[in-house]
Amino acid sequence: MFGRSKKAQAIAEDFTEYSLVRGRSLSRDALDRFLQNKAALFCVFFMVLMILFVLIGPAFAKWNNEEIDWNILGDIAEQGAPSIQSGHYFGADELGRDLYSRTIQATGTSLMVGLIGASMALLVGTTWGVIAGYFGGRIDSVLMRIVDILYSVPITLVVILILVVAGRSFTTLFIALGAVSWLTMSRIVRAQTLALKNREFIEAARAGGVSEVMIIFRHILPNLLGVLIVYASLLVPELIFAESFISFLGLGLSEPHTSLGALISEGAGTMGYGTLWQLLFPLFFYVAITFTLYFIGDGLRDALDPKDR
Amino acid sequence: MLGYAIRRVLGAIPTILVLIIASFFLMHLAPGGPFTSERPLPPEVLANIEARYGLDQPLWKQLWDYLCNIVLRFDFGPSFVFKDRDVSDIISQGLPITLTYGLLSFFVATLIGVALGVAAAIRHNTWLDYLAVSLGVFAQALPNFIMGPILILIFTLWLGWLPGGGWNGGHWPYLIMPVIALSTSYMGSISRITRSAMLEVLNSNFIRTARAKGLSEAKIIWRHALKPTLLPVISYLGPVFVYVVTGSVFVDIYFSTGGLGKYFVSAALTRDYSVLLGITILYGVLTVVVNLLTDLAYAWLDPKIRFQ
Repeated sequence: MFGRSKKAQAIAEDFTEYSLVRGRSLSRDALDRFLQNKAALFCVFFMVLMILFVLIGPAFAKWNNEEIDWNILGDIAEQGAPSIQSGHYFGADELGRDLYSRTIQATGTSLMVGLIGASMALLVGTTWGVIAGYFGGRIDSVLMRIVDILYSVPITLVVILILVVAGRSFTTLFIALGAVSWLTMSRIVRAQTLALKNREFIEAARAGGVSEVMIIFRHILPNLLGVLIVYASLLVPELIFAESFISFLGLGLSEPHTSLGALISEGAGTMGYGTLWQLLFPLFFYVAITFTLYFIGDGLRDALDPKDR
Repeated sequence: MLGYAIRRVLGAIPTILVLIIASFFLMHLAPGGPFTSERPLPPEVLANIEARYGLDQPLWKQLWDYLCNIVLRFDFGPSFVFKDRDVSDIISQGLPITLTYGLLSFFVATLIGVALGVAAAIRHNTWLDYLAVSLGVFAQALPNFIMGPILILIFTLWLGWLPGGGWNGGHWPYLIMPVIALSTSYMGSISRITRSAMLEVLNSNFIRTARAKGLSEAKIIWRHALKPTLLPVISYLGPVFVYVVTGSVFVDIYFSTGGLGKYFVSAALTRDYSVLLGITILYGVLTVVVNLLTDLAYAWLDPKIRFQ
């Protein structure tokens, strides 16, 4: 009956096509939602560019980050300005060092601080929160009491304290930042674990004889993944902020290491002498990084947070 | 309500105690101190100095004395570096300044943030909404140490309208830039939180009922929608206070306002442990108190909390 006209046949084929549509996974849904978010997509693209800049940028530099250009040292305000010919694409800093190389180095530091700090927070916060939420009872109240206490201290000041006590270095900085930034993560993980552990599928797993450890790894953690990604991504700009703030005060990494906060501080100190580029280049990179990270984090939250579904 | 308040206050005391004890031990773990120099002091001199600061006592005795002095006399001991000054002197000198611009920016950020958020939510999806949202997002990515140099560049170097630093007894031109620098970033956060809370409230059933009753829009906003909107904002005020405290360190350094932050940083550089310890404990206690107050305000606004 449908075979009579070509149009009818086409419609019939359409019907059979549609009956073959596959089920859609939750992660596929989330990915689609994220891809529809133009701002977030653009920011991911921009972030990739930034990372490429940090990785490939040094190949184009004519000066490394420690060399001093003695020829211009006496007259940074005139000859140290950004120019292609002199090889100082972003100009030179107060000591005649190439700002292009130093900005790349500083951007790399900031991105690394964000990444490593967030991973540490992820690891500690998840472990802490899952243990507190899953086992409950006295363990829960002790663990969460500790979080409450740590929560009541301004954490940036604590990081400064740790840096003073343990000495300033890359490792100390990462440990100090990681040590204080997992608090929110552990609270969120605990709340989610509490909500999950009484659900039917956990009960079913327990009735089937699955061990507690396996339940945590196979059933609890995969369900936490979305929330974890969202909060880890929101943590990255906060960590970059904390590190830059400490470096701005001159309490962070020491030379030859540098970070965007330290460069902004140097630039802010010399802007009265007409060397504005020393402030504006690192400032641009800092604002661009935090901006893109906020948008990516927001996009991830819209895509993954079960609350808004 | 009274029972809840008492429970909360009692709960805060062990927190403060643990805070003091933990920072005390952290400081005493530290290798070296202000008295370790390149030329080692003769042992007799060192012993004398340690006796002067009570460092020759056993650790538990030092801790006990320290605690007693703080609780009974608000005395954090002498500074290790400034020979003629106690930590309490430094605090009483710096804290009023920090509190002045800190509280001011706390209120400025909260008021403008809430106003922006409410305006954006009421005029949802209009140009006002978009303006407020993009302002909020933009402000959020501009922390104090970014705003400070930008403000000085514009208002001091280019326009010459405002003094680039100093305190001058808190005269208003000296206050403007510190307050703006300190409040911009979390004003953005507050406006975003307010906006999404207000939107949620405006879509709820009791607002529809109020509309159906024929109440005026102004009355709906002021009498019905504002209170539940403020709940998430209030729970965010604790973190905001922490931002202000942290940011004040930047303001004191960058605008030379002479508040506590300056002493904190110089103590960190010279390893003046007693000053570091004193300021950290002070800020920790203030944060605990502010968290307590926001919890109480929360419970007062939302009766559900009291009975949990």
